[in-house]
Formats: sequence, structure tokens, C-alpha cells
Amino acid sequence: MRSQIEGSRAIAQTVARCRPQVVPAYPITPQTHIVEAVGAMVKSGELAPCVFITVESEFAAMSAALGASAGGARAYTATASQGLLYMTEALFNVAGLGLPVVMTVANRAIGAPINIWNDHSDSMSQRDCGWVQLYAEDNQAAVALHVVAFALAERLSLPVMVCVDGFVLTHAVEPIDVPEASVVDDFLPPFVPRQVLDPDEPVTIGAMVGPDAFTEVRVLAHRQLMQALETFTDLTAHYSELTGQHLEAVSSYRTEGTDTVLMTIGSITGTVRDLADELADTDPFGVVSLTMYRPFPAEDVRHALANAKHVIVIERAFAPGAGGVVSADVRTALAGNPIRISTVVAGLGGRAVTTAALRGVLADAAAGTLETFGFLDVKDDVMARELSEVRA
Amino acid sequence: MTMPGTEFGIRLHGRGGQGVVTAAELLSVAAFYDGHEAQAIPSFGSERMGAPVTAFCRVSDRPIRVREPIAAPDAVVIVDATLLRHIDVFSGLVPDGFVLVNSTRSAAALGLVPLDQLRNPAHLVTVAATDLARLHVGRPLPNVCLLGAFAALTGLVTLASIEKATAERFNPEVAAANFAAAEAGYRAVAEAVHA
Repeated sequence: MRSQIEGSRAIAQTVARCRPQVVPAYPITPQTHIVEAVGAMVKSGELAPCVFITVESEFAAMSAALGASAGGARAYTATASQGLLYMTEALFNVAGLGLPVVMTVANRAIGAPINIWNDHSDSMSQRDCGWVQLYAEDNQAAVALHVVAFALAERLSLPVMVCVDGFVLTHAVEPIDVPEASVVDDFLPPFVPRQVLDPDEPVTIGAMVGPDAFTEVRVLAHRQLMQALETFTDLTAHYSELTGQHLEAVSSYRTEGTDTVLMTIGSITGTVRDLADELADTDPFGVVSLTMYRPFPAEDVRHALANAKHVIVIERAFAPGAGGVVSADVRTALAGNPIRISTVVAGLGGRAVTTAALRGVLADAAAGTLETFGFLDVKDDVMARELSEVRA
Repeated sequence: MTMPGTEFGIRLHGRGGQGVVTAAELLSVAAFYDGHEAQAIPSFGSERMGAPVTAFCRVSDRPIRVREPIAAPDAVVIVDATLLRHIDVFSGLVPDGFVLVNSTRSAAALGLVPLDQLRNPAHLVTVAATDLARLHVGRPLPNVCLLGAFAALTGLVTLASIEKATAERFNPEVAAANFAAAEAGYRAVAEAVHA
């Protein structure tokens, strides 16, 4: 049943219905409302026998999640920004050990300069840590992705990050259909760990691996991660049968017969689709949006962009000193195809991605003046002033 | 009065601690209970008491996908009249839009008559929401009172839905007090508009 609630609250209720057994968490804006709500449900006994561990840092949160998962418990946590960076070492270990931890990332910029607002710099900086990364286009997708994430993680014994735009989604209040407990129970079987750390039957996990086998371990982990697309597709088909809600790793909107495609990831997708509706009769363009970013669904992206002539990737993060992040993967996926690819970095540190600015991008693209790599809505006067102060 | 157009955008301007974000949320919940699609989004300036805060609410008859801030609002709610001198609170306001100002002073006394952005001068009202909140809630928190005033001014949401949204959000005592303030706000504006 749809209710008008905050994104964070809907995510917390959904996570609760996934019956986590251990939730170690440390608060950080804009993730806080999620773990506060989960914590309150643990305290009230609603989630019994779930344990909520108040830890001293994000490093401890992820380390405790690792330990809980290795001990056979369904483990969940959430973080953002600097908190995610502080987890980095543990993130790689969780993935390397093949532990199905699920985590919400309430996407936020990383410092310096300190900034609490939304972009994708945090999760994009961790794209190579071996976790599955899913990005929610809206809060309805966010709740569904959390249910799917637990099933995906446990079926493949891999950790999954569900990335939800901070404030824009986490703090938005809108109609959200939180999946019913009975539906979640039908969809998500109880967690059966592949291996359990048990003092009564001791085993070693995470032993040192030398040059003789390290490559093989990594190759196997890569192959395991690459299976996530197919498993995600299976799971989302089942989820759709149960709920009527359709999820795709890569989705296409109005791409038929359009030469220009805007590629999106995360919460700007709705704004861009509205603009595509508005311009459908005058300056049509298509929208291809990514829900799955790791593993990168290259084949689906190639298919979605097969008829495009110009792809403009709107990114919410970038790689300083190099260029686009998502667009680098898009370029690799489209290598050999005569498709023009442009990167537009937009909405850093919470700057709103506006329809007006996107119209400018499309106009530049039509005029052939859109740069291969550029930033949306840059205030040249602010930069000029800063530079003149530096020179003075 | 019926809802003008398919999407109605409301921008609220106030200061940290006045319940501006809560007002936008409650407005969206009330609109939802009235059978509309609604979206409330905060734009946190900085999380400090007294700092300017803006919040947005969209109400529509279709699912709302857009997530940009509202640049051309159909209504502006000014929770703190001292902002009138500091921020262009009327930026982008549509000509047939509405303006609701929390103030003990009249629009004329605030220097808002005529307001060039507005075609219909009856669409601008002031209400002493902080005083009404002190009276009914016992605290100078004008937000829920302003929702009642907003309902009277625009007809976009019903008092019954504001009551339901308020009851859901606060404990029974606080909810009842706030709803009494909302009713008082509604009456004050209804009298001013129909006087």
C-alpha cells in the first residue's frame, strides 16, 4: 500500500522486513535517519532477535558486519561520504571473503572542502572494491533494490551496496509502496551461509594467499561478480511477478528513433525523463539509465545504445586528472562503434541539476558545440575571482 | 477553488528551527490524503537555528518524477517575514500565484502592495501565525498554523487532511494544539479573503 513517507523511513522499514540479524552502524548525514529508524525498531523488539551494535566508527561498523556475516548472520549497515571512505579497507575484505553484507550508501560528496550534500563521489570512489553497486532512480526503486540486494548478495555470496542519493531521495517525502512483509518473506529465503565461523567447528577464512594462487583467487572473484547481472535479472523478474514493480539493470526511455541519448544514473533520471517527454515532439532525445553500475552491464549498455549517434553521459562524480567515471566504462562498452560520447559532470556537492541547464546541454549537442568532457552550470565568474585572488 | 493546472509548486522560506521542512512534509502528506500525488523536498542551507531554510512541495494529479528545486512556484509561503529584505523570495513566482506571509502586519505595511509579480492582489495575505501558535501551541512555531492558512488561501488541501497529517506526525496533545492553530490560521485567512 502506498504511503506518503520519507525515503529514509521507507528504506528502514524495507530493511526491517528483510529481517537483518546484525546491524552495526555509525551515524553520518544524510544516512542518519535510516539507521536511527532501524535502531528504534531493534530497540522496540520489533526486529528480535536482531542485534544493533553502536560502534565507534565506520571502520568498526564494516568490520563488525564482516564478523557477523562470517558468523552466519544476515548483516546490514548504512553510511555515506567520509564514512564510506573510512570503511574502505574493510569493504575490500568483505568482498574478498565473499560475505553477503548489504549496505545503503546515502550518496554524499567527499571532502575537502567539507560538504554534506549529494553527489556520487563517495560510492564511485569505491567502484573497484568488489561489491555489487546498484543505484536507485527514485525511492520506489530504492526500497525494491534493498529486497533484491539481500537475495542477490546471498545467492552469490557477494556484498551489495544500494546507492541512494542523499537528501534528494533520503529526505524526500513522497508516495512509496513499501513491500509487504509477506511479499518479502516469499521473495527472500532465510540466510543460509556457505561457511560459518563457529568455535565448535573451527575453520580459517581469509588466510594468506601467495603469488602461487592470488591471481586465481582474484579471477574467480571477478567471475563471481560478473554473474551478478544475470542473477539480478532473474531476481528482478521474480520480484516483478510478486509486486508488479519492474526493475532493470539498464533501462531505456524514448530511445526509439532518437539519435541523441542522455545517460543517467541515480535520482536525476526522473527529471531527465520529464524533459524527454516535454521535448518529444520538438527536439526528441532518449534516456538510458543505469541501475547496476558494478558489475558494469556492458552488453545491456551496448544494446540500449545500439541506435544512438550521440551519447551524453550525465555523471554525478568525476575522476580528477582523467575525466568521466561512468563514461569511461561506456566508452569501453561501445569501443569500435561510431557513437559520439560526451561527458557532462553535473550536480557536484548538491548543486541542483536543473531542466534549464539540461536544455543547454541538448542545445549545445544539437549545435555540435558540446565538449567531450565538461561540467554543467559552472560559474566562470566565481572561478575567475578565485584565480585573481590567488594571483594577487 | 480547484487546483490550477496539473502540477502545483509551493516554495517555503523560513529559518532553521521554525519547522519549515516539517511544514513542507505535512503539506505533502495532506495533499496525499486528499488524493493527489505529492513530493516534499528540503533544501538545507546549513543546519543551524536561525539560518535561512527553503523547502519545496509539489502537488500533482500525475506521479511526480522531477526532482529539481521549484524555480517557478505557484505559491510562496514566507514563514519568517524578516527574510523579505534578504532573499528574493518571490523569484519565479507565476503571475496567478499565491503569497502567504507570516506577519502581524498587513501586506501594505510590509511594503508588499502592489506586488508586481502577482496579477491578483487577493492572492496575497498575511497571517499572524507565530502569535496564533503561541496562543494554541504555547510555542512560537508557526508552521502548522500556516498550513491551515494556506488551505484557506489556495484550496489546494483540506483541513481534514491537515488534521490527519498532523495527528500522524505528533503525539496526540501536540497534534491537537497544532491543529487548533491550523484552524485558527484557516479562519483568519478565510475572513480576510472573503471580507
